[in-house]
Order: sequence, then structure tokens, then C-alpha cells
Amino acid sequence: MKDIIIIGAGTAGLTAAVYGLRAGKSVLVLEQGNYGGQIINTPRVENYPGIEQISGYEFATGLFKQAEKLGMEYRVEKVTAVKVEKDGGAALFDKVVETQTGSYRAKALILATGAKNRLLDIAGEAEYTGRGVSYCATCDGMFFRGKKVAVVGGGNTALEDAAFLSNYCGKVYIIHRRDAFRGEQKLVRELREKENVEFLLQKTVCAIEGRAALRAVTLCDTISGEESRLEINGLFIAIGQTPETEIFAGLVERDENGYIIAGEDCKTGIDGVFAAGDCRTKTVRQLTTAAADGAVAAISAAQM
Amino acid sequence: MAALKLTTGNFKSEVLEYSGTAMVDFWASWCGPCQMVGPIIEEIAEERKDVKVCKVNVDEQPDIAGKYNVMSIPTIIVFKNGEVSNVSVGAKPKAELLGLLAD
Repeated sequence: MKDIIIIGAGTAGLTAAVYGLRAGKSVLVLEQGNYGGQIINTPRVENYPGIEQISGYEFATGLFKQAEKLGMEYRVEKVTAVKVEKDGGAALFDKVVETQTGSYRAKALILATGAKNRLLDIAGEAEYTGRGVSYCATCDGMFFRGKKVAVVGGGNTALEDAAFLSNYCGKVYIIHRRDAFRGEQKLVRELREKENVEFLLQKTVCAIEGRAALRAVTLCDTISGEESRLEINGLFIAIGQTPETEIFAGLVERDENGYIIAGEDCKTGIDGVFAAGDCRTKTVRQLTTAAADGAVAAISAAQM
Repeated sequence: MAALKLTTGNFKSEVLEYSGTAMVDFWASWCGPCQMVGPIIEEIAEERKDVKVCKVNVDEQPDIAGKYNVMSIPTIIVFKNGEVSNVSVGAKPKAELLGLLAD
């Protein structure tokens, strides 16, 4: 039995662990993959207060070690079910978390599972991930030096990815289902001026083909429905994120996109269950706001 | 034993002509998820004497990475008797990486 169980070892979860432990509570952190969360993919963090520049890996590792030193119990286990026992025997420890290998009880629960890249959800996508299909231009762009690539999406991430790739790649196509961009117009203008960038608007990617590696995609015109084939070596998908909250569907309220409904106090509708970081409904998703959520949730959780 | 550094010079003799299991980690110094996996790979190298654990720096050895269509890192490829038996892309936890050796 623990005072606090935290699900997810990203910035929100690990910050919550630090605050919980410093409040003298016993804390168990459950993580299905590696600690660190999304910040691991960022080569340079330059907007965290008090730290001029740090790599995402260094930041995450520093935070993990800080929590470890304070006495965090850390387990790499995938959570399969979460419930609150209304009138269980151990009344105080009414939150039950089940994993593939164990079952744990706590007084308070902090859900900090974050978000992951949204998939196109088409044939060939999974098969060619890592073999031409990518969700991280800054991570994988260098493999496509001088090659033809396409970026899918209409937000800032897609536009920034396209700008980044245009410095390395022979040709960059920007595929977007609408004719206007959600992202900054300044970025769009800059891209329009680049000779190796071409816009393919009102089109969606409807199939991915290859042999050993990605070779081409089929585009579907959103107006005429006409199909066309585009030969590319790399496809960078930047169509946003989706929260990892499926397993909490029966426990807490979620919005239409799956984010757990909770305000700045991180409180869900269930007493003693908190949502922190990217999995919560919020407008700004930054390293600083994830850390802030972790602190807020843990301070309330410590009072349970 | 520390993981073995592979180059185009020793790849053939150490991996393709090796009659046993080799685990090859394709990485780069600038890649965050690779830094995450790096220590796990070293742990496996220490613990699994039955596996030859190796590393390929994709910046220094683009030809090896290219030959195996490595286009995202970290990529872990398991070779059995010189043949590719398993490929994993992304930073996976230790248990999952060990699982690549099992089948």
C-alpha cells in the first residue's frame, strides 16, 4: 500500500513524485516504457526557467534521479485497470491499480500518462514506421539528406518540420487536407519562398507502399476524390497528438478528444484521483506546465 | 563486456559471419531516445554472455545503416547466424529488448 500511485514517468509524473516524496509520502510510479516522456525527443530545451539549455534526455534523467534519491519506488509495468473501491476493506487505500504482473493500492492516484503522436491510421503505416514513415523530423531527418520527403499536417509542427527538412532534403512536399493552414502564416510564407518546397493541398494520404522501405504514397483529393501517386523516400506525419487515457474511460470523465477533464487544480470528478500533464484538458502543453501540474496534483494528493 | 563498436571494416566478420546471436544498436550521439537505450544495451552486454552486443554509430557508419534501411533511431536489429531475425524501432524498455532475443 502506498500513499500515492503515479501512472506515467514523464515530466508531470516525475515532478509529482518529487513533490509527494518531499511531503513525506510513499510514492509508487508505474511506467510502461522508459521514463522521461516526450521531452526525450527534444535535442535542446531552451525555455525551462533557470536552465539556459539542456537536452531532453539530460532533463528527464536528472528529474528521474532526483525522484529516485528521494525514495521513489519505480516499476516498469503496463497498467491494465484502475478502479476506486466504494466500500472496500482497506477504506483509506481505496484506489486500486492493476498491471500485467501486480495489483497495488493507494490513498491517492495521479494520472500522468501523457499523449502520443496521432496516427494516420492507414495501411502500411505501422509496417513502414522506421523505414520511411516517421513522427519526428528532428530525430530522423538526417536519414533523408538529398531525398524526397513529404510532411502531413497543417499545424505549426508540420510547418516547422517542413522548414527543418527543407534544409537537408532534395524535395519537401507539404500535404494538407484543407487549403488553409492552422499554423503561423509567417511560416507558410517562408515555405512558399523555398524552391524545394511544394504544397499539395486538399489532399490526404490514403495508402503507403514500399518494398523493404517506403517508396510511394497514394494521395486522395478531398474535393474530386481523385487518386494520385507520389514517389517519396520519407513521410513525416505531424497531425497532432492524442492522449493515452483509454484505460481510464470508466473511471474519470474525458472530453471528445480523450483528454481527462480536470481544471488547473488537476482534480478529476473522483475524490483523490488527479490528472496531470498532457493527458489533462488544458490549453498550454509545455515542459513547465507539465511540471506545474505534477506539483499541484502531488500537493493535493499528499493531503488525502 | 562492453558493447562492441562496429564499422564497415568489422561488420562482416563480427556479425554476418558470426554463428550465434548478435544484437546491434543503431544510434547517434544527438538522439535523445538513443541515449535512453544506450545504458540498457550496455546492461544486456554485461548480463548476456551468450549474445554479442554491438553498436553502430549511424553518423560514422552510414553505409551499414543504409544497407539495413535504418531510417529512425534507435533501431535494434538481432542477427542469428548472420541473418536478421528481429527488428525493433524506438526506445523500448529492457524487457522488450530482451524479448527480441527470445524468438
